[in-house]
Amino acid sequence: MTATADKPAAEAVELVTLTIDGTEVSVPKGTLIIRAAEQVGIEIPRFCDHPALKPAGACRQCLVDVASPGPDGNLRAFPKPQASCTMTVTPGMVVNTQHTSEEADRAQKGVLELLLINHPLDCPVCDKGGECPLQNQAMSHGRPESRFVDVKRVFEKPLALSSEILLDRERCVLCQRCTRFSKEIAGDAFIDLQNRGARQQIGTFDEDVLDFDGYRPVGAAAEDEAGRAFSSYYSGNTVQICPVGALTSAAYRFRSRPFDLVSSPSIAEHDSSGAAIRIDHRRGTVMRRLAENDPVVNEDWITDKDRFAFTWQNLDDRLTRPLIRKDGELVEASWPEALAAAAAGIRAATAPVEGDDAVAGARGTGVLVGGRVTLEDAYAYQKFARAVLGTNDVDARARVASEEEQSFLGATVAGTGLGVTFGELEKAPVVVLVGFEAEDEGGVVFLRLRKSLGRQRVVAVAPFLTRGAQKLDATLVPTVPGREPGALADLPADVREALAQPGAVIVLGERAAEAKGTFTAALDLASSTGARLAWIPRRAGERGAVEAGALPGLLPGGRAVSSKAARAAVAQAWGVDSLPSAAGRDTAGILAAAAEGGIGALVVGGVSASDLTADVEAALAATGFVVSLEVRRSEIAQAADVVLPVAPPSEKSGTFVNWEGRLRSFATAIHTDAMSDHRVLDLLAREWGVELGTATVESVNAELAALGAAGEGSGPPRRPPSRHAPPSPRRAPRCSRRGTSWSTRARSRTASRTSRAPAASPWPACRRRPRTRLESRAP
Amino acid sequence: MSGSDEVWKVNRERDGKRETFESNLPKKGPIGEALAPVAGFGVSLRNFFRPTVTEQYPRVKTPPMQRYHGRHQLNRHPDGLEKCIGCELCAWACPADAIYVEADSNTPEHQVSPGERYGRVYQINYLRCIFCGLCIEACPTRALTMTNEYELAGPTREGLIYEKQDLLAPMGANMLAAPHPMVPGTTDGSYYRGEVTGPVKEQVEWVREQRPEDPTLPENRAKEPATEEARRG
Repeated sequence: MTATADKPAAEAVELVTLTIDGTEVSVPKGTLIIRAAEQVGIEIPRFCDHPALKPAGACRQCLVDVASPGPDGNLRAFPKPQASCTMTVTPGMVVNTQHTSEEADRAQKGVLELLLINHPLDCPVCDKGGECPLQNQAMSHGRPESRFVDVKRVFEKPLALSSEILLDRERCVLCQRCTRFSKEIAGDAFIDLQNRGARQQIGTFDEDVLDFDGYRPVGAAAEDEAGRAFSSYYSGNTVQICPVGALTSAAYRFRSRPFDLVSSPSIAEHDSSGAAIRIDHRRGTVMRRLAENDPVVNEDWITDKDRFAFTWQNLDDRLTRPLIRKDGELVEASWPEALAAAAAGIRAATAPVEGDDAVAGARGTGVLVGGRVTLEDAYAYQKFARAVLGTNDVDARARVASEEEQSFLGATVAGTGLGVTFGELEKAPVVVLVGFEAEDEGGVVFLRLRKSLGRQRVVAVAPFLTRGAQKLDATLVPTVPGREPGALADLPADVREALAQPGAVIVLGERAAEAKGTFTAALDLASSTGARLAWIPRRAGERGAVEAGALPGLLPGGRAVSSKAARAAVAQAWGVDSLPSAAGRDTAGILAAAAEGGIGALVVGGVSASDLTADVEAALAATGFVVSLEVRRSEIAQAADVVLPVAPPSEKSGTFVNWEGRLRSFATAIHTDAMSDHRVLDLLAREWGVELGTATVESVNAELAALGAAGEGSGPPRRPPSRHAPPSPRRAPRCSRRGTSWSTRARSRTASRTSRAPAASPWPACRRRPRTRLESRAP
Repeated sequence: MSGSDEVWKVNRERDGKRETFESNLPKKGPIGEALAPVAGFGVSLRNFFRPTVTEQYPRVKTPPMQRYHGRHQLNRHPDGLEKCIGCELCAWACPADAIYVEADSNTPEHQVSPGERYGRVYQINYLRCIFCGLCIEACPTRALTMTNEYELAGPTREGLIYEKQDLLAPMGANMLAAPHPMVPGTTDGSYYRGEVTGPVKEQVEWVREQRPEDPTLPENRAKEPATEEARRG
């Protein structure tokens, strides 16, 4: 989407000129030979080399002949072939790869033969078969025949490292990609090399593992670096980077072959990072999910949840047809019947009761959206609530929420486009985490923070240092839960000083809503130090819901419900007379009212009862009529009166807005009959004779782009800008970057809109307040 | 003059210029010319006195050549375990995309083939198959071979997608139906090297305990010799 977003400023880099296979190439100083060769299109075989990991020189497959000028200026060849993945270029160096040097070719063939000595060659049963670098490179660079005639080394296999990762040590070529990933990237070294020579192997330092050939380790088995048994949120990445079939995933074991699979790019739905993934599916069933390389968001990595948690959508309790409650039982029904029943039920449950004024006034409706839906779905939910049901009782925050949080979101998050980015978070000199546990709640945010370990100071305002915070080498500002505002106000002087450095970031998690005053304190801190604020919720749909206005006090684009002008503007855009002006209740408020019988009908989206602390069961029982839009027969669906099945993310298209504010659009991976929430709501609204206009992703995005962000005066009252505004050279690119992100929607989704955009400057808003830039594009 | 008339005129002119056809065959003499009308019967008359080549199919079925590419067969190891390991190399090799395989893990309770992996789903679509035999070449365990059976026609499309049970070779004389454990103390390599020659006591015991009614158990085999149809189930 915005591939250029984190491009570093062009600096003069020192170039080194060398010759590879007779081709002269100039590369920046410090480049590895193997990368320089890539730049001139020469491929050197390799196993251990990975661009995101530090050089290891473990597999020796990339041997090349190297000669460099000596002190006298004469070219002096190295006596033996050198590993091109560990050697940096020097001026005047002459490199001869396997293409031009017989010596290098012989060395590579020898190494490959050596690597294959103990390899079981069980490619037919190996999951990696067909996409295996060892298989491919043995074909392209190896000898046709092995001269090894002895017995191969045998290990017990497979060894389950965890419920998801299986290790097959026979196949391992000891490249150490997995151990380097665990140490360098994830910080939880659960496996490491053990033994030496022919007995060298990857292992967990478990005595039971080392049972071959009568060998026993001397002394007690070592623990991993964290001193614990294996537990990592990122272990699945080792399976993806393993160049042989040594690490395989239990979920994909023996499931498929690469030629069987259809690969569809998508966006992970399990956290607010919006990591790019690849869904590999066969015959309509997801077989596995892999990380896609997205340099500005998730780089090469995703969490195990994003990788392995995909089976939920194809379980037995998946809903494919609408359900209606008849005589106390949910029975399958046709779509027209179910939609009519849902509309009739909501109407009946909210109709004023004759002669009972007290009840009549209270029998409202509520819409619980849940934080997992896409931007388009969230928009449809809130539009349905406001334009059809006539209520502001719509909330996407199925978690602890507060009025203060809503004001904060409206003032500083909604409609602000791209804020702090992953790249800026990585480069920040200091990051203060408030109500946020990066490893648990942030997904790949943790990996970005860990990437700058040693260059960045992480301060956690928390009761104790979690394991994740320890891995970030975080400083603890101890606080009792609920006392975060006080802790922020009395931050140690050195932290406060550090926050005044340019680029410092304060991260607010969703738990910041638990302590009253946290947001205010954070805003105060930001304005007094000049640090930037980033709000990182847990769920994928949270930021999108804020943008779409699926909060009781917020309209789309960060407009406040309390503002008459904003209501009028949105009402005009929607073609309705007026929007409800009464203050809406949040999830807890709606459920509390429902439990007391104050809610006539509830429309519930992707909410599960375990999300909430309130007694959902009691609230649903006391509600007259419940419509549930669900993928599976959840607890709430079981308690509903009408259940409308909706599509899981892999079967629909849409947009998640990640915590940065970056639009992460994804297309349908598997085409089925399942409809997205926004389409179902569009159909449901027709029962009231209302054209909701959310039938397609395109129509929703056209509406969102037309509405744009709130203009001056229609947003919530905002705080004065921070005293130490970021210096202007940084201001300009950030503004254009924001424009790139948000205007992409306007350009790609609604081509007609771009023609109406002012032609003079691509980002006219940059000359004005950033808040108005989408308004300027609106007709 | 319309366009088509123009074309006809051109054609006529071209035909007028064309030389008349003259055969290269030797010209017949007057007798030959006279007998020409009945000369064609010579072929028929000659064949009256030759042995007949008409095959009385389907009443009489002539075996095809030994290496004829007929219906596929999924073979078994001598102890009854399946040779197919579900590697999908046959499906990969197939130029007609006629083969579909889904593999699964062998477990101690459900050991179908030696080693870790077996083919849970195995389908060959005979509407697509071109009988080229590339799948046979690709098979690493000699699980897939071809029989001489050529009667592959049917009234439905579904019926011509052969499932695993349609393709599996019939049980040999001593074989024990899978699933059952491997011969104790062996690896999949022992099977491939031909070191397993038949079911052993432990395997028979295991099957007797798990499936006492199994028709391939020695005691049941003696009772009722399983017919081809019964085995196909």
